[in-house]
Amino acid sequence: MVEIRNLHKAFEGQQVLRGVDLQVAKGEILVIIGRSGGGKSVLLKHLMGLLKPDEGQIFIDGVDITQLRGRAFDQLRERFGVVFQGGALFDSLTAFENVAFPLREKTRLLEEAIREKTLTLLKQVGLADMGHKYPAEVSGGMRKRVALARALTMEPEIILFDEPTTGLDPIMVNAIHRLILDLHRRIGFTAVLVSHEIPEIFGLADRVAMLHHGVVVEAGTPEAIQFSANPVVRQFITGDPEGPIQPD
Amino acid sequence: MVIFLGSALFYTFLPPLKWRRMIARIHFIGAKSLLVIVVTGAFTGMVLGLQVFYTLRKFGAEGFLGSVVALTLIRELGPVLCALMVTGRAGSALTAEIGIMRITEQIDALDAMALNPMRYLVVPSILAGLIVFPLLTAIFDLVGIYGGYLVGVKLLGVAGGTYFGEMETYVDLRDITQGFLKSLSFGLLMTWVCCYKGFYTSHGAEGVSRATTQAVVLSSVLILVWDYFLGSVLL
Ligand SMILES: Nc1ncnc2c1ncn2[C@@H]1O[C@H](COP(=O)(O)OP(=O)(O)OP(=O)(O)O)[C@@H](O)[C@H]1O
Ligand SMILES: [Mg+2]
Repeated sequence: MVEIRNLHKAFEGQQVLRGVDLQVAKGEILVIIGRSGGGKSVLLKHLMGLLKPDEGQIFIDGVDITQLRGRAFDQLRERFGVVFQGGALFDSLTAFENVAFPLREKTRLLEEAIREKTLTLLKQVGLADMGHKYPAEVSGGMRKRVALARALTMEPEIILFDEPTTGLDPIMVNAIHRLILDLHRRIGFTAVLVSHEIPEIFGLADRVAMLHHGVVVEAGTPEAIQFSANPVVRQFITGDPEGPIQPD
Repeated sequence: MVIFLGSALFYTFLPPLKWRRMIARIHFIGAKSLLVIVVTGAFTGMVLGLQVFYTLRKFGAEGFLGSVVALTLIRELGPVLCALMVTGRAGSALTAEIGIMRITEQIDALDAMALNPMRYLVVPSILAGLIVFPLLTAIFDLVGIYGGYLVGVKLLGVAGGTYFGEMETYVDLRDITQGFLKSLSFGLLMTWVCCYKGFYTSHGAEGVSRATTQAVVLSSVLILVWDYFLGSVLL
């Protein structure tokens, strides 16, 4: 469904992506792991069309999205739901209004239907009675959950999560993972998720891809990655400070 | 920057317009600046009343006080000072707000929802500037003229009838149009510069503070330069 081919991106001379090749099948959950600053968020931003690559293509259902403009591009974006690394909630709106925002702006639903749908979503992420609070008034974990609810409002086909659980307590991490799995089973979206939660992601992912030095060094089932022969992958998942990856 | 203005204007004329956001912006730029405008307007008028009175007395022409105060305010000081005050009060806040939305990825989030950030953030601000600036300038002028009246007539003893009478004789529609055009263009200038600087903020909190400073300085300088230019063309 999603195919990334030979993606290159540099910022002011700093080469971040150096030829990323990656495929995501319809309905699967792909987790991207890799070092901090390794370009995972940059890769996701290319999928959202927020950044244009220096070289390479991204095909979604056979259409190269790096070439799309205007209306066609907007239509494509409407199939995406996005959870940004920092949440990116609108801080002038309450949690409820944030979740309701896409419905208010993009649909002609009546206020009552919007209310009902938003409350259901908030309940799903365990925030039923936090709707009246502003993003600045809730904890980091709650913000992430509000962002998750907002990403789900339009029932997207593809959801991109940039570290949906970083900074949450272990119980919350598992609760969010279970929520994602649960919603995935019911709605059946395709998900690309960036996460540092090792080993928890092995229970969530259908496939795991490791990004290192601007390329995907290995992609495979959680088992294949856990027992990988690649020393870079091994070192990363065990968190060993000694090895081919040098901490800087 | 010109492209930015171009696309903002493009979306201005391309419906749908976000009415509620525009009204919120008018409140943000306009209503909240009202007090500052009234106070600065009053004191500008009073200072003018004082200084112009002493100058005119040297020529024995105190009777012209009203028209001199009114002309100075309507043609020049009203639009310019009002624009500078609003830039300091609302322009800086505008840049900071949009800048924070940029660095916290809220603008990206709008983009990712296929909602045009131009339409949501920039267009309402520019339209609000166009509506609010002339109104605030009119208030500034009125309060200023009354301030001049207080000092000139009540304090220094010019005849009240002369003050307003001479004003009616010497202020004509062209002066008012000129002041109106000035304030309109300052409104565009300020919101354009401040939105642009906010929209292209980067590098965290420091970037926001830098963008805010640059926006205020650039707006103020451009307002004065444009004022001279427009003044010399319209005169
Ligand atoms: N807009 C930008 N302008 C310039 N450089 C950028 C930009 N966005 C990202 N970078 C650079 O690209 C590199 C990769 O950043 P990215 O945010 O993708 O890392 P990441 O893998 O998501 O890290 P983390 O796990 O900490 O979120 C960083 O070195 C960063 O400085
Ligand atoms: Mg990141």
